[in-house]
Parts: sequence; C-alpha cells; structure tokens
Amino acid sequence: MHIPEGYLSPSTCATFGAVMIPVWYKAGQMIKRTVDVAQIPFMAMSAVFSFLIMMFNVPIPDGTTAHAVGAVLIAITLGPWTATIAVSVALFIQALVFGDGGVLAFGANAFNMAFVMPFTGYYIYQLIAKNAPITSTRRVIAAGIAGYVAINLAALVAATEFGIQPMLFVGEDGLPLYGPYSLSVAIPAMMTAHLLVAGFVEGAVTALALKFVVKTSPEFVNAQIVSEVKGV
Amino acid sequence: MKQIYYWILGIMIAFTPLGLIAEGTAWGEWDTDELTEKLGYAPQGLEKAEAVWKAFFPDYSVPMLGEIANAEVIGYILSALLGTALIYTIMLFFGKVLARNNKRQYSIHQGR
Repeated sequence: MHIPEGYLSPSTCATFGAVMIPVWYKAGQMIKRTVDVAQIPFMAMSAVFSFLIMMFNVPIPDGTTAHAVGAVLIAITLGPWTATIAVSVALFIQALVFGDGGVLAFGANAFNMAFVMPFTGYYIYQLIAKNAPITSTRRVIAAGIAGYVAINLAALVAATEFGIQPMLFVGEDGLPLYGPYSLSVAIPAMMTAHLLVAGFVEGAVTALALKFVVKTSPEFVNAQIVSEVKGV
Repeated sequence: MKQIYYWILGIMIAFTPLGLIAEGTAWGEWDTDELTEKLGYAPQGLEKAEAVWKAFFPDYSVPMLGEIANAEVIGYILSALLGTALIYTIMLFFGKVLARNNKRQYSIHQGR
C-alpha cells in the first residue's frame, strides 16, 4: 500500500502533506497529555512492530503482494494518536532508507496507513467491544474485525488516490503524467488484494496480538481504558 | 515483563525473510522498468521521480553485500535490524521530548 514516488502528482502529495501536518501536531499534543513515561518504550516497540510486520509480504492470487500494517493493534493498545505517530515514523524510515513509498508521497501514505487505518480501526473496535470485560473473547473478535475492515478502508483510500491521477493529470501526448491506472482498475485491484488476503492477515495479527498483550500485561491495555474513562 | 516484547520483535526480525517468498511487486508499486513492460511506456512523473530521492537500501536490499550467497536474505535481515534501530531511536526521542514529565497515578508496567 506504499504509494511510490511519481504515482501521485506533486499537488496531490502537497495536499495530503498539508492534511497530515495538523494531524501530526494534534497527535504530538495527545501524546504529551496522555502517554505515561513508562509507556514510551512500548510506543517505540509498537512502531518497530509495524515496520517489521510490513516486511512480511504475502502473495496475492493476481501475482502481486500485500502485507499487514499493525496500525489497528497499536490504536487499540496505545490509542489512535500514538498509532498515528508510530506508523508515520515507520513509513518515514521506509521511504527514506528503503525506498518503500515515495518521499514526496509520504503525506499520502501516512494519511492512509497512519491516520485512516488506526482511527477507523479504533472506532470499529470500540463499537463492537462496547463495555465487554478486558479479557473477553468479544474484544478479541472486535479487534479482528477492526483490523480487517480498517486495512480495507485504507486500501480503498489509497486506490482512490491512485485512481484519480489519470483523470486529473494527462500530458500533451494524451498519456497519463503520474499514476496510469483509473479508479475502475485501481479499486478492484487494491480491494482484491486486501479483501481476500491482507485483511485476514491484519485481522488475525490484531486479534492474536491483542489476546497476547491482554494475557501478558493486562494493565497495558487497562491503562488505555483508564485514561479514556478519565477523559485525559 | 517488557522483555517478552523485545524477544518477539527479535524473532520477527529473524523471520522477516519469509516476506521474500511471495513473488512479485505490490499492486501499484512497480518501478519504471516494470511499468514500461506492462504499458509500453512509463509516465513522465515516474521518470522524474528517480531524481527526487535515492534510497540507501532500495527494497530492503544491501547493495554493498555484492554477489555473496543469500545476499537477498542477509540484506533483508540487515535492513530489518537497521530499520528497527532507527525507528526505535526516533520513537524514544519523540517519547522523551513529549511525555518525559508524565508520571500518572496508575503506575503501569511495574512490579512485574
């Protein structure tokens, strides 16, 4: 889902960068207000987790690949704003050091995977989990569904960004200047990969990892709930 | 308690080469050559893109490994290690800058 350099017009890149600046600022403010000093190493580990899980490419029947992102797990355990920063840092290093996702497209990629995904996943999880006990199966299932749906929403947004390019930016020779695939190609391709494969990987990773975190360190997830109840 | 999570990340690093088994490129992430093969041309934007930024370790490969055996696998693991170190450090820095004074009444992660 990492949009490479050149697939989005500079104006598209600038737009998403401009959208992300206040989001990152707000995320920083929220971390300042809600993150406990003891959570900092976990915050750092969560970003590493996202980076590593994205290295596990899974095959898609059409000959392409896809991967999980881990954003929903972070959103559930550490909060969606922390997920925004954690996944953004992972995406930044991926773009800069490994050429995975464009440097100019960083804002768009962060919008998809570090904003749309953790927030939609977080709210879907809350909606399904309601007030179920922290160790309940309901929460595990909620996490799985949230992971599945959220990565698909992120993929849909990414596909839309890809797909509007040939409508908006065509050269004098009639050829597309940036991404050449229209919405009618981009959306089915991206959704096939994520509805059929990557969504299930994300859902399974989110559900199993949440189960593990709750079992290993319940206070870790509780702390998040405590902070929510207190409204800090 | 915290150690178990470091171990898990370590194991993930060791197993990252599993991510190399899946052949092909993610949809929409083709480079100029792959796209030319598919379309017969590459959009101008892509050709210009190469001048924007050159990644040090493109696609999680380590060019200086050269032609040694299993260069792809070793490069992938080294990339995972490097990325982990960079991301962990940046996040610790952000955390320290933003939340260093936040000690809350509920002391989490203690006594385990």
